[in-house]
Amino acid sequence: MSTPGTGPTAANLRKPAMSDPQGSDPQGSDPLGSEQGPDSQGGPAGAPEQPYLLEVSGVDKSFPGVKALSGMHLNLRHGEVLALVGENGAGKSTLMKLLSGIYQPDAGHFALDGKPFRVSSPKQAQDLGIAIIHQEFNLMPDLTVAENIFIGQERAKAGIFTNDRSLNRRARELLDRLQLPLNPRARVGTLTVAKQQMVEIAKALSYDARVLIMDEPTAALNDAEVATLHGLIRRYVTSDTGVIYISHKMDELQAISQRITVIRDGAFIDTLDTRTSTMKDVISRMVGRELRSDAAPENVRGDRDVVLQVSGLSTKDLLKNVSFELREGEILGFAGLMGAGRTEVARAIVGADKRSSGSILLRGKRIDPANPAQAAEKGIGYLSEDRKHYGLLLNQNVTSNVALSSLGDQFSRFGFVADGAARNRTKELVQTLRVKTPSVNQIVQNLSGGNQQKVVIAKWLVKDCDVLIFDEPTRGIDVGAKEEIYQLLNRLAKDGKSIIMISSELPEVLRMSHRVIVMSEGRVTGELSAGEANSESVMHLATLRPDENPQDAAELGLPTAGTGTASSDGPAPPIDSSSTAATPSVSTDSSDSTDSTDRKGQQR
Amino acid sequence: MTSAEVPVASGGMSDSVRLRLQQLGAFAGLIIIVIFFAIVSDNFFSYDNLVNNVLVSVVLVGILALGGTFVIITGGIDLSVGFGMGVMGMIAGRTLISMNLPLWLGILLTLLAGALIGFINGFNISILGMPPFIATLAMMLICQGLRIVLSDGGASIYFDKLPAFQDIANGELIPKVPNQVLVFIGAAIIAWILLNRTLLGRYTYAIGSNEAATALSGINTRKWKIIVYTVAGVFTGLAGIVSAARLGASPAAGTGYELQAIAAVVIGGTSLAGGSGTIVGTVIGALIIGVLNNGLQTMSVPQQWQYVILGVVILIAVYIDMLRKRSTSTLG
Repeated sequence: MSTPGTGPTAANLRKPAMSDPQGSDPQGSDPLGSEQGPDSQGGPAGAPEQPYLLEVSGVDKSFPGVKALSGMHLNLRHGEVLALVGENGAGKSTLMKLLSGIYQPDAGHFALDGKPFRVSSPKQAQDLGIAIIHQEFNLMPDLTVAENIFIGQERAKAGIFTNDRSLNRRARELLDRLQLPLNPRARVGTLTVAKQQMVEIAKALSYDARVLIMDEPTAALNDAEVATLHGLIRRYVTSDTGVIYISHKMDELQAISQRITVIRDGAFIDTLDTRTSTMKDVISRMVGRELRSDAAPENVRGDRDVVLQVSGLSTKDLLKNVSFELREGEILGFAGLMGAGRTEVARAIVGADKRSSGSILLRGKRIDPANPAQAAEKGIGYLSEDRKHYGLLLNQNVTSNVALSSLGDQFSRFGFVADGAARNRTKELVQTLRVKTPSVNQIVQNLSGGNQQKVVIAKWLVKDCDVLIFDEPTRGIDVGAKEEIYQLLNRLAKDGKSIIMISSELPEVLRMSHRVIVMSEGRVTGELSAGEANSESVMHLATLRPDENPQDAAELGLPTAGTGTASSDGPAPPIDSSSTAATPSVSTDSSDSTDSTDRKGQQR
Repeated sequence: MTSAEVPVASGGMSDSVRLRLQQLGAFAGLIIIVIFFAIVSDNFFSYDNLVNNVLVSVVLVGILALGGTFVIITGGIDLSVGFGMGVMGMIAGRTLISMNLPLWLGILLTLLAGALIGFINGFNISILGMPPFIATLAMMLICQGLRIVLSDGGASIYFDKLPAFQDIANGELIPKVPNQVLVFIGAAIIAWILLNRTLLGRYTYAIGSNEAATALSGINTRKWKIIVYTVAGVFTGLAGIVSAARLGASPAAGTGYELQAIAAVVIGGTSLAGGSGTIVGTVIGALIIGVLNNGLQTMSVPQQWQYVILGVVILIAVYIDMLRKRSTSTLG
């Protein structure tokens, strides 16, 4: 962008025509102007008010096959915590990567204090004063706190010799200033996640960052740690700095943010004033299109045979006494917040992780898969949330990927591979699943996310598994392709496959699931029928924290609070989540069954 | 042989234009080197020199590199094959000479011993979870000692009493072609079939491409990794047999061969990161090393400078390979 960085021009740029390509009513800067005082002041050209601390407008970014951002638009005021919310795949992380210089935008305008800038590398972002704390920490576990904080900024004598004492002193000063309870000499690997995050924050702030961007900073923190973090953020924010806070947790947004920017499907949707908005406003904007669509679970029936019965499943790390049933031709949704243990359930079932206790019955017969190979033999396939790392051979072609699971039992004789048969079967599936690929010899890396997902699905269809566990089946897939995946899942269920669908996208859970299992902190906190499931009831169960909160434990019938195990975990009616702790039980078949299996599991 | 295989390899396997280019690159390099030496050295370009010196010098490194190709495609490494070959020669000597077992049985036992060493490598790596470098480094040291332990008090074991065994290397079933060259060609064909036409080959590539995804696809990756190292061990056994048949089982045999074998695999375009590589490439890689060594010898370049030049060639080959990958990855 060749715009000069003068004040009036920057003000003009705040309402560029290109920033909201769709120009529809709830989008763009119009609602901003009408809802936000300072924003409307910024509207008139040449108004001499202070420019935004950080301004992003008209940003486009495409990847092969996916338009990740279009006309993205966001502004951060001085001294503000701006929450950025959106579903998975809405474009939050792409936007972050643009701001940190990992990706380059196709088009768009960035400005700091009204001065346009371009970030071409993470180092440059640091120099500009933009610090980003990613969900995955960039820390070196074997180095100390001080060494981590100042990595790359060590002041070495003669350019060679480091001075631990001065390094530790500088760290001490910084930590004191930030009031962080950390020992500069502690090894980072020995710290808790919360403290590691403090190290990340200290590292970011050691650069005198003016814009701090935090991606789901509380995903792995407990309530006390969240409060500490929020205290730190409040101390950090001055009239010269600002924070962009990415989170899904609505109560936190209300606690910490002044405004909330909602994005969806790579486009700006709205910016709301936190004080005057309800969480419903936020959620409805977040999920927008999908809530409006009439799509609902198909073929919901209660009279089907149980195919898979899991009881008392526990693992050393996380899962506690997980029990549920999966019926034939059913799509069983697994909802919960990040880290609730849904993926771990899937991995434990197929033997990718070790089970410490619990039993798995497949059509009434006990199975005990020690690894995914044995699970696949029994007809249970797991489709990972992370296709690139756990689903695909990216550098190999479509045929190799589709045939992989079935090479041994279908496409080989005496150990020799029957390429023709594998290719023909792949061609069939490419057609029925409508995989968009020039040929079955295409390298999978070159396909779009949706088509890669179809390749993974095809692999398991060839294997002819009865039970398919989809972990985030539409993650990283754009809107049109999502719809196709949904239809495909419905068709599979109709054909008698039993499907577990793990999803963090609530609308997806609600529109697809015949029943919903909700998890929190490694436990099943409830089971909802398609009729009972709605955003409130699912969210309520997903946010129960029996380990921290005795009320929640009581609601779940867990012994923590001294109450017996008899109380039911009936799904709470959709009321504001704050007041539901003592909701009397609404007895349903489903809750009874989980309850009884729970107890069985505990005796074991 | 090599040029004829190229279209077959690319037609069937994981892919196609890219691999063909890679092999053409290595093949072009080989041709250029051959032409270079043919021009600058009077003694290089003769049938006698090309077959009896170049090809024969390539046989042992080549056979080891065939097994190494499997291991390296999985993303692993096998450092034990050089000294392992020395041990296998001794085992051939012990079974055939000391124990006087029948020829076929001695050969079989030697191959089985190779398989056993490979199996132990595979077990340590796959089941116990040791890094391949460390596990096979330890096995390399073990073999370095064992080949002397098994020797005749530190002396070589000779097979003069057993001309049939010596014929494996030095006989000429086809006139003017030493049998060891045929053994290498046969081993290369078997390796090619294993890698391109069997489950073992598919899973080798799959594990190297993405081991976690392969395991989650329901393949017992632990088992197949053990098999891969075991197969590499069988090739080590075969190399040991040829080496012993050629000159007798020497307690000094195999020194430095593991690195030459790895070099051949890498020059042939197999990625040390795993997931890609071909047998044809490895054969070409071995030939490049053989031609270089021999050509420099015929030009009277001292041995020490041959090492230097070989090192530089490896650097160039790997760099070209990286450039090629970078260009394809930006396309994707």
